[in-house]
Amino acid sequence: MTERPDGITPSQTVGPFFAYALTPEGYATPAIFSNDLATEDSVGERIRIEGYVIDGDGEPIVDAMVELWQPDGRGRFATASERANGAFSGFGRTQVDSNGFFAFATVKPGAVAGPDGARQAPHIAVTIFARGLLRQLVTRIYFADEAANAVDPILSLVPAERRATLIAERRERGAAPVYTFNIRLQGEGETVFFEA
Amino acid sequence: MTIAPASLAAHPPHLFPDYASTRKRAPAKPLVLIPATLTELSGPVYGHETVSGDEGDLTRQHAGEPLGERIIVTGRVLDEEGRPVPNTLLEIWQANAAGRYVHLRDQHPAPLDPNFTGAGRAVTDQDGRYRFTTVKPGAYPWRNHPNAWRPAHIHFSLFGPSFLSRLVTQMYFPGDPLFAFDPIFNAIPDARARERLVARFDLATTEPEWALGYQFDIVLRGRDATPIEEPHDD
Repeated sequence: MTERPDGITPSQTVGPFFAYALTPEGYATPAIFSNDLATEDSVGERIRIEGYVIDGDGEPIVDAMVELWQPDGRGRFATASERANGAFSGFGRTQVDSNGFFAFATVKPGAVAGPDGARQAPHIAVTIFARGLLRQLVTRIYFADEAANAVDPILSLVPAERRATLIAERRERGAAPVYTFNIRLQGEGETVFFEA
Repeated sequence: MTIAPASLAAHPPHLFPDYASTRKRAPAKPLVLIPATLTELSGPVYGHETVSGDEGDLTRQHAGEPLGERIIVTGRVLDEEGRPVPNTLLEIWQANAAGRYVHLRDQHPAPLDPNFTGAGRAVTDQDGRYRFTTVKPGAYPWRNHPNAWRPAHIHFSLFGPSFLSRLVTQMYFPGDPLFAFDPIFNAIPDARARERLVARFDLATTEPEWALGYQFDIVLRGRDATPIEEPHDD
């Protein structure tokens, strides 16, 4: 019964017309995901993540979808059963607007285990889908005010001169500080993308 | 030294110049290979709680029935070892039978169908099986190159058991004459991998005097990597 398959199913682009299914605000389809991850009970500092998705000409991309995956402020990833019981889900999804801008409301994640017993600095995993991306791109948001960045085992795999593309700067604004994280798919200041 | 799993060679490259939109969107620098950590081996796991019963029938979302050829699309979601992936969410979207998307930016001068949105959701059962009822989407033109038409397809989005198993792809229909001309399909380097995106017509799935049946199995990245133990302090 468990015959080994020929191989995995290949990826194809999300295309330009996914919104009415995946980010259906303004369409009849009920939304099941949002860009607001923080609930009343979520543990951790309330923050916002904001940025633009930008192409190789420096132009904003207006048809991208961005997803986040993260633990809560204690560094705990929600299991499916915990999330079903109202725990912090750690997952968010949004479409960029007509300026290529995206925003999430969430909590600042805690540190989590890394390879070989090391700790990883607080970070958020980010997935980008868009027309023209035959496969999703994966990156990470790190936080400029975290000393642990200096010894993070994943950041240390990134050429030093490119690490800044992964580090979101903090800015105080209203009740929740804003971390700015622009995603440059190509060219000058190209964001580091990962393969795991 | 981290080595990318060999199975990932099934995917298309990021840059495929025949698909014009990749030219300014594909990263120019190589991806940085990293070991799968707890971040990648955990994941947004979504199942039954996200879907109400009838979201898998795209022909029953409006007052009337959509025009077009009614079809059943069913199959199993498996991991690389052939084990079923139970209780995992599938989201699909597609053009209507005339090749027109509901999306506000679709400019194709083909009619919208007031009885068809084209978005659906389903969750796999314990055997990894899912099922949708819909209508066969039409081919539609796009501006990638002169006289460019996409083969008929249904978009699929799946989560699977971890962050690494996340997959967005497209299902095609057997025998489509547009395959040879489609850079998105042909960006997949291996012919056998391309074939895995083509559903199989199945008379046993076909319901007499009701709907044609197609089988489409989906294979996600496996669970072979060992997760790192995360100590819980509560």
